[in-house]
This record gives sequence, structure tokens and C-alpha cells, in this order.
Amino acid sequence: MAVIEATEAPQDTEQVDPRTLVYRTRLPVRLWHWINALSILVMMMSGATIFNAHPRLYWGTYGANFDEPWLVIGRRGQEGFLNLAGLEIPTTGFLGFTENSIRAFPPLVTIPNYYSLAEGRQWHFFFAWVLVISAALYLLYSLFSKHLSRDLALQAHERKLSHLWQDLKDHARLRFPAGDAARAYNPLQKIAYLGVIFVLIPLVVLTGLTMSPMLNAAFPWLLDIFGGRQSARSIHFLCATGFGVFILVHLLMVVLAGPLNELRSMVTGWYRLPAVRLEDLS
Amino acid sequence: MTLISRRAALAGATGLLVAGCDKITTSPTVRKVLTLGEKATLSSQKLVTGPNTLAPEFTRADLSPRFRVNGNRMPASADYAAHMASGFVDWKLVIGGLVARPVAMSLAQLKSAPQRTQITRHDCVEGWSAIGEWTGVPLALLLRHVGVSANAKYVVFHCADDFSGTPFYESIDMVEAFHPQTILAHTMNRQPLSVGHGAPIRLRAERQLGYKQAKYVMKIEAVASLDGIYGGKGGYWEDHSGYQWNAGI
Repeated sequence: MAVIEATEAPQDTEQVDPRTLVYRTRLPVRLWHWINALSILVMMMSGATIFNAHPRLYWGTYGANFDEPWLVIGRRGQEGFLNLAGLEIPTTGFLGFTENSIRAFPPLVTIPNYYSLAEGRQWHFFFAWVLVISAALYLLYSLFSKHLSRDLALQAHERKLSHLWQDLKDHARLRFPAGDAARAYNPLQKIAYLGVIFVLIPLVVLTGLTMSPMLNAAFPWLLDIFGGRQSARSIHFLCATGFGVFILVHLLMVVLAGPLNELRSMVTGWYRLPAVRLEDLS
Repeated sequence: MTLISRRAALAGATGLLVAGCDKITTSPTVRKVLTLGEKATLSSQKLVTGPNTLAPEFTRADLSPRFRVNGNRMPASADYAAHMASGFVDWKLVIGGLVARPVAMSLAQLKSAPQRTQITRHDCVEGWSAIGEWTGVPLALLLRHVGVSANAKYVVFHCADDFSGTPFYESIDMVEAFHPQTILAHTMNRQPLSVGHGAPIRLRAERQLGYKQAKYVMKIEAVASLDGIYGGKGGYWEDHSGYQWNAGI
């Protein structure tokens, strides 16, 4: 990479600092983003309430108190713990036992913010409809507007391992695309969004449906796909964990990439292209 | 120097947030809106699930090694204690309400009717599942036997147990009542139903969650409406804990 002396910097500032506003995110995508963000948040928090009713996960068809769980969030006296396949991790103050709760997930992260399985279920099943309907509409829009093929699908050159590796290194160094390159999503970003849209959301919805005894009669093949109701419940929980990880990384990226600019682009659609770093010019 | 510590500020902000959430979750309008989801779920489940579509059945190799007891472990009434002491020989199941020929049937009579045995999964609303083998009389047979009225919309199960003096009851609609897997079970895992699991008979409605599987059933009543029966919401948990009447999810 060539290092350019300040005095040698090109006179054409357009090329160095194209801090132009571009219309990057169209209204349907922005709308869906916020509706989906709200429903995922409510689903995770009400899901935490439902998990609190039986904070143990199993593999297979059945699983109850006398059976072997692979994950338990519990407490012993005033000590909270998470037991992952025999490995016990102390979680006092976060999970299992906190100053104001003896449930697996504390009230700060549950809906409602007290223990009510019935109300948690009401919230969960209402927002499940919001999630599914909005995701279906978004998917239809994405197909027909070409949002999917143009903005989200990896372009041929992006599918090369060398390109992905470079993108991974850039992310690790917190060097994000700038200038014209920032008009489009970068490959890792695309993969993260595609993962949410085509893996996490379908998987969480299908495993959710698999837990319904009525739908087990209607679609028994769902049980075969996921290996039984308790496996489906476990995968459902893992999907929720996946959403949690995605949200953390997503928010971290927003903060690192310029929170106000990112937030504006998801509210108004207008995004200011980040300045090209001087040292990146070659 | 900061007068307000970061910890206090965080606690204050959290307090405000929690109070705000409280306001939302306890608002009657919000609760009303949320029940729309329940209605949508029930209608779409009915749309995609045929009336006679069976819940999955399993083999003896799939049985839970130990099927946990849930809810009440033994009814508290003296009446029930007497039946228990005599092995339920004088116990009778009353079937009434909107029926042409109300009856009271003994356990022996129930056992001499045609039976159905099924190995099914019991799903608690809390999230756990257990597999058991159940033998009993199909409810549809009994309902036809007593000549249930076309006006009947629900079947209510009155039980011998109570929670702090409030009797336990549950209800299902006619589709579930006539479903081939809906039985009054007197035998579990080839043993007479234990007291913990609901002796002498319990309901098995296999496309519903555990709280519908009424234990200690004493009286079956066909009704046109759930209004006026205890809290009017169709079951003890529905009346007292806000559980949805539809237990298919």
C-alpha cells in the first residue's frame, strides 16, 4: 500500500473525500427492519419468560425433570449457575440468581417483567404473527424489487475465498469500506443478513411450530426434521441465542461505523459515504 | 466529582424503563390487542388441521423412563378419600348437560366399553414432554351413547381436586371431544391409573397441552357456552392464571 505524503495528496478533493449523501435503504426495507427488530426483541424477552417456566433443555422427543438435560440454568441457594453438558459456569447476578430474582432469566430481560407464563405466551404468540407476516411481505418485496439479488446476494467476485478472507481481515482491523465501496453492503455483512433472513428466521419459526401439539398432528414431518419436540425446543433456544449474538455484533458494527450516520440511513434512507482514508489511496 | 454515581444513574434509568414496561404489560388495551393473536392462532390451527388428524403415536421403546406427576397429587376431599379407600368400586362418572339420556357410569362399566390404547406425548405448557401409554374409553362413544345435543359447543370436565378450595375444571370443543384419540383413560403404562396421575380416570386430549388433560374427572357436562361456569373462561388455569383456552400451542 502506497503511503502518500500530505503534500502529494491529489488536488481533486472529490476523489479523496466523496462524503456524498446517497439514498441507500428504501422505505419497505427500513419499515421491515424496525418492525422485525421490535418483534425479535419482544420474542426474545417473552421467550425468556417461557424458558423460565422450565429452564432445562433436552435432545429427543421427551424430556422432563427426571431426564438428562444438556443445558440447565438454575440456582443452588444464592448461587446461580449455567450447566452446559456437565460443565458448570457460575452466573450469580446474571442468570439463575440475582438480587431481585431466583428465575433463570432476571426480570430485566423478560416480558412481562415479573413471572407470568400465561402473559409471556400471549406476547410471544402475538408477536410471532407480526414476525411471520412482516418477514413474508419483506421476502416478497425483496424478490420482486431485486433487493435480494442486487443488495444482498454475494456478487461473483465476493464469493471468492480470497475476497472473503480479505474482508474478514479488514473487519478484524476495524477497517470498513469507505467512499464508493460503502454504497453496497460488504460480503461479511451480506452473509450476516442472509443468515438472519434465510437461516435464523425460518429455523426459529419452524421449530416454534414444531412445539405446538395441534400442529404436530397437522405436520408430523416437522418432528422428523428436527428430531422430536424437545430437540425442536433446544434448536429454538439456540436460534434465540443466534439472534442475541447477531444483535450484539450488529449494534457493535453500527457504533464503530458511525452510529448517527447508520441510524439516519435506517430511518430516512440517506447514508453519508464515509471518507476514504488517506493511507488507503494508492 | 459526580454527585450521581454511574451505578445510581443506571439503576434509575432501569427503574424508569421497568416502570414503563409495567405500564405497557398491565394496560387493558394492550392485553385486548394481544388476544387477537390467540384468535388468529386458533382459527389457523383449525384451518390446517383436519378434525380427525391424529397426534403422533409412539412405541413402547419411546416411553419416558419416569413420567412425572404434575398439578395436584391427590384431591383433598373426604369423598375422594373414601373412593380411594374402596378402590373406586362405588365411584360413578356422571355425564349430563345438553344430552338426551344423562347417565352415571361405574368404572367397571367404562372398562367394559370398547377401549383404545395409545402411546402419546404429554406436553406441559412449561415446556417439558413425557411419553406414556394410555388405555381408556373414547369420549366420542360416550357422547353418542348419551345422545349429546347438536346445541352443545363444549364438553366440560368437573374434577375432584381443587386449588385452595377452587374446584378444578377444564373444557374442550366438540371437535376435540369427538377426536378419535380423545379418551377417558383409566390405565397408564398398563397399570391402573395412579392417584398422582388422576385416578380413577383422566382426560387425554392428545392435540392439546397438559393443562387440558383433566385428572380425577367426576362429571362431564355438555354445554352451549362456557359463560357462567366458574370464571367463564373454560378452565381453572384459564380463570386464575390467564392461560389461553386454546391449548393447541
